[in-house]
Amino acid sequence: MARLTEANELVAREIIGRYPRPKSALIPLLHLAQEQDGWVTDDAMEHIAELVGVTAAEVLGTCSFYEMFKREPVGTYLVNICTNISCQLLGAEELLHHAEATLGVKAGGTTRDGLITLEDVECIAACTEAPCLQVNYRYRYKVAPEDFDRLVDDLRSGALVDEVPPHGTLHRTRQRIPTDRAAGAASPVGGREPAWIASRPAPAKDTP
Amino acid sequence: MTVTDAPRIITSRFDVADGFTIDRYEATGGYTALRRVLSMRPDEVAAEVKAASLLGRGGAGFPAGVKWGFCPPGVWPRYLVVNGDESEPGTYKDRLLMEKDPHQLIEGVLIACYAIGCAQAFLYVRGEMALAQERIAQALNEAYARGYVGRGILGSDFSVDVVLHWGAGAYIVGEETALIESLEGNRGMPRLKPPFFPAAKGLYLQPTVVNNVETLANLPWIVGHGGAAFAALGAETSRGTRLFAVSGHVKRPGVYEVEFGVTTFRDLLYSPLYGGGIRGGRALKAFIPGGASAPWFFEEHVDLPLEAGAVGKAGSMLGSGAVVVMDETTDVVKAALRLVRFFARESCGKCTPCREGTGWLEKILQRIDSGLGRPSDLDLLLDICDNISPSITWPPKQTTICPLGPSAVSPIASAVLRFRDEFEARIGAPAPVTVAVHGVAYNSKPPVEEPVGA
Amino acid sequence: MPEATNATDTLTITVDGKEIEARPGELLIDAAERVGIYIPRFCYHPRMRPVGMCRMCLVEIDTGRGAALQPACMAPVAPGMNVTTDSRPVVKAQDGVLEFLLVNHPLDCPVCDKGGECPLQDQTMAYGPGESRMIEEKRHFEKPIPISDLVTLDRERCILCDRCTRFAKEVAGDPLIHFLDRGGQTQVNTFPDHPFASYFSGNTVQICPVGALTATPYRFRARPWDLQQTESTCTSCSVGCRVVVDSSRNRMLRMNGVDIDPVNWSWLCDKGRFDFQAFESDDRLHGPLVRRGSELVPVRWSEALNEAASAIREGLDRSGPAGVAVLGGARLTNEAAYAWAKLTKGVIGTDHVDCQLGDGLPAEVVLGLPRATIDQACARGGTVVLLAPDLKEELPVLYLRLRHAVLEDAATVIELAPAATTSTELAAASLRHRPGEQVTVVRALLDGGPAPQGADEDGFRRAAEALRRGPVTVVIGRSSVAEGAGAVVDAAAALLAGLDEVRFLPALRRGNVHGALDMGLAPGVLPGRTALADGRDWFAGEWGAVPVEPGLDATGILRAAADGRIDTLVLLGADPIADFPDHVLAERALAGARTVIALDTFLTASSSQADVVLAAAGYGEVDGTTTNLEGRVSTLGRIVTPPGTARSDWHLAGDLARRLGADLGLESVEATWAEIERVAPSHAGVTWELLTSPEASDGVVVPLPSRLSATEVDVEGNALGGSDVSVVGGAGVPAADVQHGQAAAAAVASVAAEGGPQGEAGKAESHAHESAAAAHEDSTDVSAEERGHDDAGGVEGQDDVPVAEPPPGDRPSLLRFAPPAAEPSVPPVDRYSLRLFTTRKLYDRGTLNQQARALRGLAGRSTARVNPIELARLGVEPGGALKISSARGSLVTATLADPDVPRGAIVLGWNLDGPDPGDLIDAEAPVTDVRVETTS
Ligand SMILES: Cc1cc2nc3c(=O)[nH]c(=O)nc-3n(C[C@H](O)[C@H](O)[C@H](O)COP(=O)(O)O)c2cc1C
Ligand code: SF4
Ligand code: FES
Repeated sequence: MARLTEANELVAREIIGRYPRPKSALIPLLHLAQEQDGWVTDDAMEHIAELVGVTAAEVLGTCSFYEMFKREPVGTYLVNICTNISCQLLGAEELLHHAEATLGVKAGGTTRDGLITLEDVECIAACTEAPCLQVNYRYRYKVAPEDFDRLVDDLRSGALVDEVPPHGTLHRTRQRIPTDRAAGAASPVGGREPAWIASRPAPAKDTP
Repeated sequence: MTVTDAPRIITSRFDVADGFTIDRYEATGGYTALRRVLSMRPDEVAAEVKAASLLGRGGAGFPAGVKWGFCPPGVWPRYLVVNGDESEPGTYKDRLLMEKDPHQLIEGVLIACYAIGCAQAFLYVRGEMALAQERIAQALNEAYARGYVGRGILGSDFSVDVVLHWGAGAYIVGEETALIESLEGNRGMPRLKPPFFPAAKGLYLQPTVVNNVETLANLPWIVGHGGAAFAALGAETSRGTRLFAVSGHVKRPGVYEVEFGVTTFRDLLYSPLYGGGIRGGRALKAFIPGGASAPWFFEEHVDLPLEAGAVGKAGSMLGSGAVVVMDETTDVVKAALRLVRFFARESCGKCTPCREGTGWLEKILQRIDSGLGRPSDLDLLLDICDNISPSITWPPKQTTICPLGPSAVSPIASAVLRFRDEFEARIGAPAPVTVAVHGVAYNSKPPVEEPVGA
Repeated sequence: MPEATNATDTLTITVDGKEIEARPGELLIDAAERVGIYIPRFCYHPRMRPVGMCRMCLVEIDTGRGAALQPACMAPVAPGMNVTTDSRPVVKAQDGVLEFLLVNHPLDCPVCDKGGECPLQDQTMAYGPGESRMIEEKRHFEKPIPISDLVTLDRERCILCDRCTRFAKEVAGDPLIHFLDRGGQTQVNTFPDHPFASYFSGNTVQICPVGALTATPYRFRARPWDLQQTESTCTSCSVGCRVVVDSSRNRMLRMNGVDIDPVNWSWLCDKGRFDFQAFESDDRLHGPLVRRGSELVPVRWSEALNEAASAIREGLDRSGPAGVAVLGGARLTNEAAYAWAKLTKGVIGTDHVDCQLGDGLPAEVVLGLPRATIDQACARGGTVVLLAPDLKEELPVLYLRLRHAVLEDAATVIELAPAATTSTELAAASLRHRPGEQVTVVRALLDGGPAPQGADEDGFRRAAEALRRGPVTVVIGRSSVAEGAGAVVDAAAALLAGLDEVRFLPALRRGNVHGALDMGLAPGVLPGRTALADGRDWFAGEWGAVPVEPGLDATGILRAAADGRIDTLVLLGADPIADFPDHVLAERALAGARTVIALDTFLTASSSQADVVLAAAGYGEVDGTTTNLEGRVSTLGRIVTPPGTARSDWHLAGDLARRLGADLGLESVEATWAEIERVAPSHAGVTWELLTSPEASDGVVVPLPSRLSATEVDVEGNALGGSDVSVVGGAGVPAADVQHGQAAAAAVASVAAEGGPQGEAGKAESHAHESAAAAHEDSTDVSAEERGHDDAGGVEGQDDVPVAEPPPGDRPSLLRFAPPAAEPSVPPVDRYSLRLFTTRKLYDRGTLNQQARALRGLAGRSTARVNPIELARLGVEPGGALKISSARGSLVTATLADPDVPRGAIVLGWNLDGPDPGDLIDAEAPVTDVRVETTS
């Protein structure tokens, strides 16, 4: 069973509450499921469907559109090597080949020990630091083959456990909206002119 | 060289180690613009932004003040959606703004909400940007605690929640209507326009302003210094300063804030302050002036100013401020293949020409690159391009809903037309050119005017 | 859906140099098609929102800023728009789109069901590139996968037009198939182990522009060019969807919906689409059978008919006409129903005739209430009251229409039901009542409150407001067979009396039950919506004789048979043992009748107990007409021959009449219809020529507006006369007038003076006519002169209406609803009992359902559902087996705790696998109270 845990269901409900319509919370909730299990299970999708009031097929429709959601288990560490243009110009393909050779898997594969999944990804917005990669979405810049080998060693030895959370955990800080400070989700129906506009009317156009 | 000494408007805290904290932000003048705004009328704030002539920094370059004005009067609620989905290859600036100075962005968001009358704002951060998400979550938590965000901001009647939302890996979600679909929990597929321009009907079909991170990050400065001060910088329609990411074969790749409209590509590529010249002193082969979607520029374009109009006239765009430099050693077949592969992987799949065409282009280029090209392939490539973006002109026409499909045409048309000999060499036999091309950037040689698909 | 505008003003656009008129709001693709310029398309479907995905409909549109390629399916027409559909850029773009579509589309056309009728093939021929420049490997997916019991998906063939997925979400509201993955890998699929279990799944097969979705029952069974197409009407329920039946070599192979505006918009439910399969079942009756000892043995027709006729004659001899009774008739065509009405009432002389089986509403209620059309019920901004069974389960396509009205046309639905139904989520308010007590809620709503105790206050307020706003359509039917019809009738009467503008859509479900009622197959009525009392003289003149006294309804007939008072019982396609609510009574009745004659297509629980079984022709085997719940008459196609020597019901009526020494004089379908048109008041003017004319391709609603006023026929000459039919039933006169039996003259005067409630002066005269006719019921001495005068009024201005003669002055008047004198009292439920409520499911143990291969496995199991609080109160553990007992009998069933069931009630499924609530029900009691106990 990989439905959301009770604690995560509470988090899910809080997230849903921030949006004017529950379905808007789909992507954050899928991330939550992935954070819990390392990948997005069918059970979790069914649970999320219940929570936001859509069919499981609709959840899957959204989930499967997005690259980051894994619907099968992946390694504890996802190593994403950017091979897009800026990185390609500075040796990303060579880096990818080196990585494949080092890890003994092709891009898309997971090492036999289940620790590392290697991916060949599109631009990750570090183009001036090429070639670059992400380990569980934490950057490594200007990665030479030796740097890559050191990274793998560190991952294997556990030297990076504090720096790089296991796959699924994205940001470690959650937004919290204190109830006494919340302005509240703005329902798309029945909205009125906001107070600060109503209270400070613009002067009529024809006044000088 | 005309490297100017324009002020650093949005990168002022980039070199401050703790610039992302609320204490440092407050200590360096943060949130004073917000206080100031609260004593102004919303329409005055909007007027100030309009006066600044701030062009959107997300790619399309539409004046922000004008866009805000498109919200139909009297229709409430309105929403603000911040586009932090930065994924255009070569583009690297919004992430820095979010990681290094999140409060500046939040303050900009608040100013925009105040001026437009937005009841809620969603800050959509690209999924892969874990640190940016953490910094923004942290910053929002702090800002809520200190009364800058939420109900009754700073004791006034201005109330708005700013909600951190994060994506999950899909370039197309950067397109504003796809962004809205995604924010509604759907597949990130662009909506057809018309009838749905976000300002008229956006999130939940309510009026919605979508602005880029960099666009909004300028607002505290504009409010603090006045729109006129901003407009005094730059030239023509391109005012203020702007971030450019210079990557590829330059000595000093980096993200630089430069005066918009007056700084030239030559400055950006060669000035020791910026790119510092082509690495190894090699010759320039081509450069992409505005992200992967932009048609390529060549040596003859380096003296163009970074000015939207001038670049457009020359047949390309400044797009998202991503300049990718290719030196003479670059394998253009591989470069074109890599770019096309990007668009094929990122097509949302809605429009037939984009969904099927980009994949087909990739397969053909792949074949050429692996030595299995046929002489007829180059014409085929161009004809497929023509079916995605009729007559391959600039600005592009399209048989698709959004510009992603036609974006895949840019690298092919640029590379094949300019470096046809390299493609032919890879294929082994020359083939006649049969496609008419009206764009300027693709080919500095005189365009060949022959009927399409003869 | 594109916004439909009623505005009559048009605007002018230019298409390919031609100026054409278009309606504001209309999409360019439709406007062009109307004038014969067909713009190719794949994703566009006129009954769904455009998505502009396929890009096949790109044309050059110039709205003043230069020509640009735009999808015609997304472009609303605008004044001055200049469109080119055949320029070089357009042709090149369309050519390109087709080539792109074929990039990944497998060329397995020879083995594809769609081959030969495939838009992709056709458009490739018409607009395509002719040869493939693609030498790369195509995309691959695992080959056909079943996505439900009825639909198979081949993802390689899919061109991602979003039609099936849009249909599932937008039209059916079952978003169980969805786009998955992205870009070139995009596919349509279901969630693992969540099949596309929608009652409407077959529509996706019909609208798929390629062979990606195929109907499992039809796969590989035919090539389109071998198919013969016949238009017909579906009779699986009383919505009467228009269909086209594809057949080959005397076999029906496929049924598809035809897009007619007033009814089904091209949609069908899966039951309607697939249950024709039942008629090719091996279990069909191929010839007549008679009982020899305990066996039914095949005999020759003459023997069987002689035996049947002598049984009827014997009955007549022993007990007179009252010794013969006929049950059923909803399966019949209108012509057969008329023939049987003439046989039973005219020849045999009995009025113990009922085409309903105790599960419907009294004939005079159905026929006498002002009737609505589906379009009226679904009108923009209207209010619909559901006093009816679960529409999605019983009248599925009506549910689709109503769903659309709510979601797209701002209709307000108010549901009155004991428990949640599939319509609840459409309802602005769903008000609960205990079984049998709907009138309490109705009264409170009409009186403006207070809300009955425990009611949802907000919902109640919204409902009362919507009722006041009107116009109101009430959908009435029997939501539960465990309560009598009285409760619904009372509620309807209260609504009729309490609202100014109200019409009724009777939700009786069986195939042609409305046609059978119109043809007089019910006690107390005669063909043409006439009360026996009013029509006696007229029909005596036409037929020779008619019964004197109103006869018994189904319950009465069965009671009489059980008591040994019926000598000969004819089952006209009826299976009372399965369908009558009270199974004990039905069984005793069949045992109690001396002779049972059954006309049937199968041996059912009931017909297998008959003494004479006459093999009848089934769906698609006879021609004629059928009538839907609006009163819309439409044609049935004869597609195949009946099996063996089976004969049509119409033919059998004539055979029996002859043996009884009478000649019905009904020689053919046309001749029968001509007689119906001549004698049936409601059918006056509905000639065979009209019915089969192109203008009547959507069917003809009876009675014709021409009976009332020439101005009320719509532009196409269609008798979409629901709007006018209303006056027939009585909205023209305050119900109270009738109730109090005012003199006809007074009614005429008052209505004429008021100009009718619609306030249109032009209608006053016709109202007056109808009122006079209606009031005739109460006061028979309206002078012929007066009526003649009114009829003359109706004739005026008829010249431009393509319908026949106005009715002759001496036809009997149309029935109108008279509220019941006394309300049947509903006893209070005692503390220890629960009140039974039965619900139906689309797929059940019904004969057709079980005989159609594709549907056989789909019937669900019945479980009892009880509110958990109630279970706790009764000290009963949910989940386990419960014994449920009534005064009638008991059964044991599994029980679910369901908070949606109101306290005090228990819900059981009707006619599903599992225990049978028919064992608990006493048809003569107004409600059924049961006790529950845990079984050990
Ligand atoms: C395919 C595509 C991708 C885009 N990606 C982004 C993006 O990552 N970030 C962004 O701000 N704008 C992106 N845009 C532009 C947005 O649609 C939109 O114009 C912009 O967010 C508006 O903000 P601005 O007016 O402040 O520039 C993209 C547009 C397209 C067509
Ligand atoms: S052009 Fe491509 S990415 Fe854009 S909407 Fe169409 S299919 Fe999607
Ligand atoms: S029919 Fe218009 S885009 Fe498909």
